Amino acid sequence: MDDLVVEFLTETNESIDEIDVDLVNLEQNPNDTELLGKIFRLVHTIKGTCGFLDLPRLEKVAHHAENVLGRFRDGDLEVIPEYVTLIFESIDRIKFILKELEKTGKEPEGDDSAIIAKLDAAYEGKVISDDEAAEEEPLAAAEKIEEVEAEEAVEEAQPEEEIIELIIKERTDLAPGDASMEELEAAFAAAPGMEGIVNPADLEKQKQAKQTTEAKVSEEPKIDEVLVNETGSDSGDDEYTKTETRATANQTLRVNVDVLEDLMTMVSELVLTRNQLLQIVRAEGETAFTTPLQRLNHVVSELQEGVMKTRMQPIGNAWSKLPRIIRDLSIELGKKVNLDMHGQDTELDRQVLEMIKDPLTHMVRNSGDHGIELPAERIAAGKSETGTIKLNAYHEGGHIIIKISDDGKGLNEEKIREKILNNGLATAEELKEMSSQQVQQFIFKPGFSTAEKVTSVSGRGVGMDVVRTNIERIGGSVELKSTEGKGSIFTIKIPLTLAIVHALIVEAAGERFAIPQLSVSELVMVSDHGDNRIEYIKGAPVFRLRDRLLPLVSLSEVLCLASESILKPEKEEPKEEVIESAAEEEQEEAVEETGEALDAIGPEQEKALVKSLKRAAEKTKKEKKKEKKKLARNLYIVIAEVGGYQFGIIVDRVFDTEEIVVKPVAQMLKGLKLFSGNTILGDGSVIMILDPNGIANASGGIDNIEEDATMQGTKHRADSEKKTSLLLFNVGDNTPKAVPLSLVARLENIRKENIEYSSGQMMMQYRGTLMPLVPFSNSVKIDEEHGRPVLVFADKDRSMGIIVNDIVDIIEEHIDVKLNSSQKGLLGSAIINGAATDVVDIAHFLNDVNKTWFRDHNNAPFGEGDEEEIRGKKRVLLIDDSPFFRNMLTPVLSVAGYEVTTLNGPTEALKLQEEGVSFDIIVSDIEMPDIDGFEFARMIRSEGGLWADTPMVALSSHATPKDIERGMSSGYRNYVAKFDKETLLSAIAKTLDGR
Amino acid sequence: MSEERSSKEMNNESRDYLTVMIAGQRFGIPVLQVQDVLREQRVTRIPLASKEVAGSLNLRGRIVTAIDVRKRLGLPEKDDGLPSMSVVVEHKNELFSLIIDSVGDVVSFKDKYYESNPGTLDPLWRNISTGIYQMENELLVIMDVSRLLEDIGSYT
Repeated sequence: MDDLVVEFLTETNESIDEIDVDLVNLEQNPNDTELLGKIFRLVHTIKGTCGFLDLPRLEKVAHHAENVLGRFRDGDLEVIPEYVTLIFESIDRIKFILKELEKTGKEPEGDDSAIIAKLDAAYEGKVISDDEAAEEEPLAAAEKIEEVEAEEAVEEAQPEEEIIELIIKERTDLAPGDASMEELEAAFAAAPGMEGIVNPADLEKQKQAKQTTEAKVSEEPKIDEVLVNETGSDSGDDEYTKTETRATANQTLRVNVDVLEDLMTMVSELVLTRNQLLQIVRAEGETAFTTPLQRLNHVVSELQEGVMKTRMQPIGNAWSKLPRIIRDLSIELGKKVNLDMHGQDTELDRQVLEMIKDPLTHMVRNSGDHGIELPAERIAAGKSETGTIKLNAYHEGGHIIIKISDDGKGLNEEKIREKILNNGLATAEELKEMSSQQVQQFIFKPGFSTAEKVTSVSGRGVGMDVVRTNIERIGGSVELKSTEGKGSIFTIKIPLTLAIVHALIVEAAGERFAIPQLSVSELVMVSDHGDNRIEYIKGAPVFRLRDRLLPLVSLSEVLCLASESILKPEKEEPKEEVIESAAEEEQEEAVEETGEALDAIGPEQEKALVKSLKRAAEKTKKEKKKEKKKLARNLYIVIAEVGGYQFGIIVDRVFDTEEIVVKPVAQMLKGLKLFSGNTILGDGSVIMILDPNGIANASGGIDNIEEDATMQGTKHRADSEKKTSLLLFNVGDNTPKAVPLSLVARLENIRKENIEYSSGQMMMQYRGTLMPLVPFSNSVKIDEEHGRPVLVFADKDRSMGIIVNDIVDIIEEHIDVKLNSSQKGLLGSAIINGAATDVVDIAHFLNDVNKTWFRDHNNAPFGEGDEEEIRGKKRVLLIDDSPFFRNMLTPVLSVAGYEVTTLNGPTEALKLQEEGVSFDIIVSDIEMPDIDGFEFARMIRSEGGLWADTPMVALSSHATPKDIERGMSSGYRNYVAKFDKETLLSAIAKTLDGR
Repeated sequence: MSEERSSKEMNNESRDYLTVMIAGQRFGIPVLQVQDVLREQRVTRIPLASKEVAGSLNLRGRIVTAIDVRKRLGLPEKDDGLPSMSVVVEHKNELFSLIIDSVGDVVSFKDKYYESNPGTLDPLWRNISTGIYQMENELLVIMDVSRLLEDIGSYT
């Protein structure tokens, strides 16, 4: 039904009720001109509105009634009961038409000429005879003058009968089945009692039934009819009689929103108080209060639900104006736009609705204005002439999801980038690093509009930022996905209601916090030793959640709480000190330090390190105990989702969930973006409510949303990728040695008695197999008492250990290896931690230990490649200007069964191409002097040489989404971060398979 | 002396102040602004808030922000081991609990004993004080509650 008609119905029904009362008064005080004027105005309004809405039948009746009333008012006509009855009659007719209108959406067929004739007669001052009227107007038989009194009685009875139903605003048609079975049953159960005469008790019953019935308009008429027939039976079955229950008027009651708000606030407080009581009783155990409290609990819950319901409105209310807007828009802009709306009936809290109304309108407008192209452009782009904007609303786990999608041209990324630069929102450098998803997010930044010209519709630079702010203010989120040329999808996620939310209570660093349950998707318990453990990529904690890498944020860290948590990446403390201090009395701290050092290390290493450290700390038994206790501690990961970005929040403990009422924080704390409010818990303590949105923002995560999470399976932190984690150790000479941490699988500690020999080779039993051991150099002597650390290098099921004197530290450095291969086993030296450090060539040791393990590869002559080919080996060309990485990766690739050729730059590679050497796959570094990897790929691809079709995999320490994108467009099939051995191998395998 | 006063009009109206002690200095808080006096309370820390914010607490169902007045005044932390107290004031419809050392009497002063802040007063103090009352044996620094509270949070 048209919104306007609904509005009209609600309003008219209200005024008609007033007329009924007023007319009765008028009859008693015929000379009350004020009253007359009022009645006249009401009827006049009805008439006017009817004309406007094109309801001719209604208009006519109202018009003629108005005429009569006009004469009353002017004093031309005496107010006599007959005339009043006539007016009543017309009012009843109006009511009848209104009722039909409400049911069917249009005026019923019918003839009003009789009543009009009577009105006209009255207008002329004639007295209408009742008989005449009865004959002329059989339908109005019930409206005979002698029945006026009865009418009045019914009138008076009516308020009692009135069905209390709160409709805050006009309601649109509701789907059947909205009323619960219970309610319907109650209503129908009450109905049979209505047979025959209506007695007060029945009315009461009926009233109750109605009260419990959530008047769902389409459902109600049925009940109404039952009631109508029953109640109407004593005044005849005339369908025009006024005893009919008016679905809209009687079942809705306009209530000031403030009243509802107050109610809600009070209910919220009640809920809180109840929670407090429950908590007390729970602590007390069984008391006399238990049972009544449980009852109270139920009643409060129901009350809460009921009050919430009064605030629910279909989202269609917020959409009602959209078709018109789109229509005007398409005319104004000469576009063809089709608005497709789904899920209008989805109900949500009116407060929420109010908040999203404007953002929604704005977004739809934007879609029409910026998104949908002109018909000609659309046809040129191979699309249908008419663009479609689709609105869809639905419930999803306590949220309302609203999707606004269009099949327009999508966001123009170049333009956004330009604008970002022009507005100084990011530097060109930063921009280069950004993924298109990140770039797109900029449209939510203040003062950002990419519309070329400011139209009356949009492009005034106020917009999406306000949209986002508004939505986020109510705890919602907006997500944007746009494909240039294909369209954009905005997904708005908003909570059903704002007042009372379920929250998960967690603890970090001894403080409790509440996390709204809505943003929590799951909870994971992690321990250091179990299957579920936190792993680290360059100190950034991550968690494997069903094959996806979940970035983690430590709550105590993000809140800067003096942390009890073991997650605090501070790597200034050299390892040695750690061990020493651990040996000392400051046990607590030592453990702390240990923990801190741990996260710099990879998962496997961590475990081993813990072990070796433990051994170091063995001196004090007590110490060890404590450490164990500490390390065995479980942590929890609260997996939160903010606008499609999933991340984990590491907390120390998780308590119950509790219903909380979000209260705004004090003004002076408003600047804290990590909190969305505070509340009082059941136990009376104040607790801060975390804003997952803020946490995601604070941890820098939200900007990292990748367009496609499967792209790499890994989320890379742009800044940390530039550095390399190195494990520093001593081998007894004066130069510290360094090895990329990523190559080290574990750290072990070896005691002399554990060393075994097999055909002259040092071995140790390790995980049920024999692992070859190599002392780093002759200067490494096995300490009788404490043993020595062993760096374990592993690949698949094979591993080997290098014995060193001691582990110094783990650092994150930008390494710049100066080649100096004068000494075997060393790649060269670099300045690390301010000291010259030898960078170890692990491949040398690996080869040394087991000649068959890693094939001779380093400088394999090209000719051999052909032989390998025959044996089914895939030939890999590895191009990297850094000998360090060449040497590091060669064994990795060789061991995986590839024939590896290494070159130090594209220039050499191009030469090789000319020579006619072919490869199955090319793995190339990106950052290289002269010709960089992007350029190299373009050259290979565009020049149509021998390698034009050879798949290429990019290898880079800059694996930001932006880089990846650039790499892909240059012709790489895959883009892998350096040191990510596994990914590299799988990327190569995948790329080769895909060939 | 009183003739030199310019800002305050001369009259004999008296004003009531709740006196509180902070690091040996007596302060006066306009009694009309005082809602409550509390013993030491357990407060919930608010991470990332400015250092003057000690936390928040529940006062009969209302959330009160606790302010460490010593920190606000640039004073060292209390180290006498005695429990602190707090004075609850309302400011812009929000409640604040001002944590002070101890609470003294309510005193009533005539305006004529009022003196504006000496120019040599610590700027931080000058900023939160409306003036000084001369008591018999000591001086009473009148605390401007809104000024005391307003600057908090503007920096972190």
